Amino acid sequence: MSDVFPKWTNQLPLKILIGAGLVGSAVVAGAWYYLTPKYARVGYQPLQPVAFSHAIHADQLGMDCRYCHNAVEKSWYSNIPAAGTCMNCHNQVLKDDPRLALVRESAASGKPIPWVQIHKVPDFVYFNHSVHVGRGISCVECHGPIHKMDEVRHAKELSMTFCLDCHRHPAAKIRPLDKVTQLDWKWSQDPKENERLQKLHGEKMVADWKVESLESCSACHR
Amino acid sequence: MRTFLAALALAVALVVGVLGFRGDLKRQPPLEIFPDMKRQMKLRPQATAAFFGDGRSSREFVPGTVARSTPLKVGDQLVYPFEDAPVNTGRLPGTTTNFIDAIPLPVTEEFMARGQQRFEINCLPCHGPLADGKGVTSKFGLAIVGNLHDKRIVTMPDGEIFNTITHGKNLMQGYGANVAVPDRWAVVAYLRALQRSRLGTLDEVPAEKRAGLK
Repeated sequence: MSDVFPKWTNQLPLKILIGAGLVGSAVVAGAWYYLTPKYARVGYQPLQPVAFSHAIHADQLGMDCRYCHNAVEKSWYSNIPAAGTCMNCHNQVLKDDPRLALVRESAASGKPIPWVQIHKVPDFVYFNHSVHVGRGISCVECHGPIHKMDEVRHAKELSMTFCLDCHRHPAAKIRPLDKVTQLDWKWSQDPKENERLQKLHGEKMVADWKVESLESCSACHR
Repeated sequence: MRTFLAALALAVALVVGVLGFRGDLKRQPPLEIFPDMKRQMKLRPQATAAFFGDGRSSREFVPGTVARSTPLKVGDQLVYPFEDAPVNTGRLPGTTTNFIDAIPLPVTEEFMARGQQRFEINCLPCHGPLADGKGVTSKFGLAIVGNLHDKRIVTMPDGEIFNTITHGKNLMQGYGANVAVPDRWAVVAYLRALQRSRLGTLDEVPAEKRAGLK
């Protein structure tokens, strides 16, 4: 009597099991790695209609963020300045430069420059700039080192856990109000000492300013 | 089994090859696989809106209307931003040149600190931290920036300085749209302090603080 199944089939169940395990692991690993804002958003760096460099304006020239984003302390969103704000200097600096043609045209006609928005939370998230900036949360915490970027890049994931991490431990990020727009600022150049001072002063600021650790859904969603 | 492992490795390599790594430069906007209600029909500020003729979601004021506003307390009066009042224009009502001599708001230490902060945000790039016209922009082609310690400006009425901040003068553009009315007065107050720092004499410094000066 010949074999109904050849001998190699003895190993088949084991092989199928191992194979399924490998494929399953690969799919889970891929989903873990790719299906997250850490992959989807970080690194987004669209081409802008005007090659405006934050590195030149904010770092090299030392301009304050609020020279252009002048309503950020009062408004829930951080405004893009009108082209007129650019023209305060560029009516004299690089006055005929072709790279600024769109800015001049916009200032003259009122037609907006089609800047591409980079940091975009979902429409059901009600993030308020003024309340964060007004309670010692620096621009750098969510936007990364903007003052070093020639082209703005989405540097942090801005996922829900990103928000919650800070909402649970605001003392780890909070800083004095006059240092909010100084993105390079640290308590100390020594990382250990910086951490110690951050903890020391952070907890005091959280207590003094009555900073709430809001974790309820309606803090951000409504 | 070997073929299977090779195929799996190839598939992984293909996925990594196409999707890349976290943080790679991406020119295309993030893909939202499950849109849920992430992008809604409502208008976001400074966005595009096909509904309006000019395509903008942020609207300009309809001519003849007045924005909702909070009045400013001047003395015991409440002044709205649309009123022709000295605090809003820097001049006596109904005139074009009669600038007021003094800041119409109470000058407190807090007011002065605010003035310094607003000065350093808005004025410092061109006029410099000391208001002597030597800001960072002088290296980039802004050649004729006013030195605010000039006699002409020291003797100028407060209202006229306020008016210049609001509407600009010569090559300087107006900052009325960027700096609120009380902040503009605070900047005037801080500028006066800067001017005083150069005009004062040693006798005016309190005795206990003189040692710190040379």
